[in-house]
Amino acid sequence: MSHAQTLEGYNFAYLDEQTKRMIRWAILKAIAVPGYQVPFGSREMPLPYGWGTGGIQVTASIIGQDDTLKVIDQGADDTTNAVSIRHFFARTTGVKTTERTESATLIQTRHRIPERPLQEGQVLVYQVPIPEPLRWLEPRETETRKMHALAEYGVMHVKLYEDIARFGRIATSYAYPVMVNGRYLMSPSPIPKFDNPKMDNMPALQLFGAGREKRIYAIPPYTKVESLDFDDHPFEVQKWDDCCALCGAQDSYLDEVIIDDAGGRMFVCSDTDYCEDRRAQGHYGPLGQAAE
Amino acid sequence: MYVAVKGGEKAIRNAHRLLAEVRRGDLGVPELSVAQIKEQMSLAVDRVMTEGSLYDRDLAALAIKQARGDLVEAIFLLRAFRTTLARFAISTPIDTSKMKAQRRISATYKDLPGGQVLGPTFDYTHRLLDFALMAEGEVPEVEKMDASDVAMPRVTDMLDHEGLIEREIVDDEAPIADLTREPLDFPAERNLRLQNLARGDEGFLLAMGYSTQRGYGNSHPFAGEIRMGEVEIEIVPEELGFAISIGDIFVTECEMVNQFKGSATEAPKFTRGYGLAFGEAERKAMAMALVDRAMRARELGEEIKAPAQDEEFVLYHSDNVEASGFVQHLKLPHYVDFQGDLEMVRNLRAEQKQTELKMAGE
Amino acid sequence: MMTIDINAAPLLSVQNLGKDYGNLVACTDVSFDLWPGEVLGIVGESGSGKTTLLNCLSAQLAPSRGAVIYDTRVDGPRDILEMTESERRLLMRTDWGLVRQNPRDGLRLGVSAGANVGERLMAVGARHYGDIRAEAANWLQKVEIDVGRIDNVPSTFSGGMQQRLQIARNLVTEPRLVFMDEPTGGLDVSVQARLLDLLRGLVTRLGLSAIIVTHDLAVARLLAHRLMVMRHGRVVEQGLTDQVLDDPQHPYTQLLVSSILQP
Repeated sequence: MSHAQTLEGYNFAYLDEQTKRMIRWAILKAIAVPGYQVPFGSREMPLPYGWGTGGIQVTASIIGQDDTLKVIDQGADDTTNAVSIRHFFARTTGVKTTERTESATLIQTRHRIPERPLQEGQVLVYQVPIPEPLRWLEPRETETRKMHALAEYGVMHVKLYEDIARFGRIATSYAYPVMVNGRYLMSPSPIPKFDNPKMDNMPALQLFGAGREKRIYAIPPYTKVESLDFDDHPFEVQKWDDCCALCGAQDSYLDEVIIDDAGGRMFVCSDTDYCEDRRAQGHYGPLGQAAE
Repeated sequence: MYVAVKGGEKAIRNAHRLLAEVRRGDLGVPELSVAQIKEQMSLAVDRVMTEGSLYDRDLAALAIKQARGDLVEAIFLLRAFRTTLARFAISTPIDTSKMKAQRRISATYKDLPGGQVLGPTFDYTHRLLDFALMAEGEVPEVEKMDASDVAMPRVTDMLDHEGLIEREIVDDEAPIADLTREPLDFPAERNLRLQNLARGDEGFLLAMGYSTQRGYGNSHPFAGEIRMGEVEIEIVPEELGFAISIGDIFVTECEMVNQFKGSATEAPKFTRGYGLAFGEAERKAMAMALVDRAMRARELGEEIKAPAQDEEFVLYHSDNVEASGFVQHLKLPHYVDFQGDLEMVRNLRAEQKQTELKMAGE
Repeated sequence: MMTIDINAAPLLSVQNLGKDYGNLVACTDVSFDLWPGEVLGIVGESGSGKTTLLNCLSAQLAPSRGAVIYDTRVDGPRDILEMTESERRLLMRTDWGLVRQNPRDGLRLGVSAGANVGERLMAVGARHYGDIRAEAANWLQKVEIDVGRIDNVPSTFSGGMQQRLQIARNLVTEPRLVFMDEPTGGLDVSVQARLLDLLRGLVTRLGLSAIIVTHDLAVARLLAHRLMVMRHGRVVEQGLTDQVLDDPQHPYTQLLVSSILQP
């Protein structure tokens, strides 16, 4: 798409250059202090708060003419909100967009990390609804900032203790808190805990934007990210008895799909690109073969 | 064979076309013009300008039309547009004592210099539906008195001459926070709190202000003065070094006068609560003034126990663009997270069932 | 019964402490030393300033003047008012305990008894679930709570049990100094007696120092080695408990003592 076809009357990527610079400063600070939530002057965007304004502002501030953008929601490129955000950037920047994880330089995501391992040079931008991992235990921002400053994180383990006492295991299945670089407790945004291990030592840069709460945080490439646990109850990820019905994958996060009103259901990869890629390479699940 | 749900794009496109159609309504009814909204729904326009923090009657009217009359949606549209505007200058503070007032009332004095001027108000109307408006009504003739030349000293200034009210001490050197550029920070100083309240949702502030009157942080308020009218906006261009006028805006200002019992070092005196809004927005300005006063509990050494006194609670929840977005984001898909919970609940239920079976067997 | 090392430095040294609310003087001119292993009772009617004083001593409230010097384990005597907030908070969850009158203010009501007791351990770095749980069970036993209740939330406990749980939650990190605000207030007389007995045993066995605010002279007599009588924000009399209660010097103390002797 040429520049002429982009939205008239608006700057490249919607935000003015001053605002983008302000956001990039916040991003740089966030990278310098991994896991620390940097307050920033979040702007109103033409999309509503809670629908990805933080991620959009981060993406808008770092996207350039040569970038290739991928946008996913729930792991998929074709969910309505992902379509809407991809359109927004296509209209305001005219950059190339893609659904292929390996072709993207910049990936904006809500609730997932792609299955295909990310590489050096790629940037993953998370949309974050509640950046504060301690929020459910302590509602006051003044108090949680103090807790971070003093690294007072005992109360987070109280919650995990309580889970084990009640359920015999840690019952947090998404937005599972992590310790970044051994210093800051951080919310990975509501990704399933299945994705947590991918954050550890990731070659790509991870940026987190929370628009309504006006916070940016980051994990620089190759940074230690540990999921909280107890010595005698180590962190574990979800496992399925089924494989993906379409591509047969046994190592991916599966969505459950109801296929009739008699309780019939099947499981398919949440990461649509990963699933298609596998099928293109000749991997099929129980229902995938018939489709081709 | 199952095919993963595709076609999000097409669905969105069609939904938006449908929205445009519903917005227009019955084609047999003439289309509403932006000018009509601007002229005849002026209080809605005022609210959208205030909470959208952009003084532009035409754009506010356009936003109302586009939002099908949903004012919170219109406010959102205006805010999103505001984001894209360049900042040319920062005006000097407006001087409301020089206001060309269309309305000016005080509840603390029966009569006062400049007089009580009612202006266009719903006050004292009987709230009976006027069926004459179902037809195109004629406007009655009004006898207008030109009050614009009459001096109207502020009520709070009169109290100040007697030393009965706290001094508003302005430190010209102190930096002024800018909520539209910087995130909230706590403890929030008054200039920041007032900015937040000015943009805050009228309904939220109304409820908060009302709660202070019902005992949740009572501050014994009196409507010292309410005035509305045009004030001049001035800027000081760097190359000139002196102030020039760049136009007028219409504002509503409310100064509440509140009791204060005094402390060890200070004699009892009155304190202030302040409200300001674009256009005619009396309810908003009054509610804002009540909440402003309630949130001054910290600086005045009062006990903080009511919601309206809790600056973190009030300031974090006053913005309807933030609130509306986040409440409605629950419509977005959450199936990845839900899947996590689904698995967890299933496993736990299965385990519990096994335990029960085992217990029954023993 | 009490063993005080007279060569040691005082654990807490309070100098000319005062707190005003506006033009109301809540407490003023309070000075005393607390020695390791000593239990000090602060008595007086409601409104006498004793709770304000306790809140100032325990860094819950900033006093208007004066100093509160605490003999820290690492750095020796330090004014708690000049500590950083981080140091004060660390002190609060390790070396100090605070037992509130209403156990609901001192407990996490939404989490289990075990987690309530284990919280301080986790706050100072314990990361083995089994060990934390064993230690919590151990402490429940010490405060006479059935270990079978370890996974129950405190809201299902009686008032006396809640108060004992609050005590266990505070003592699990073996603090040296515990502040108690009317620890038996709001409990039935028979429940009070059991709690007092328990407290007395724990204080002696652990060699705790404690400052106990109470309006109940019977509580003061049972627990405190020394008493401070407060009225209108000032200390009107202080001395050994038996001395103060059996031979009160100040007319106000005499009145207090006579009012419990002649009900």
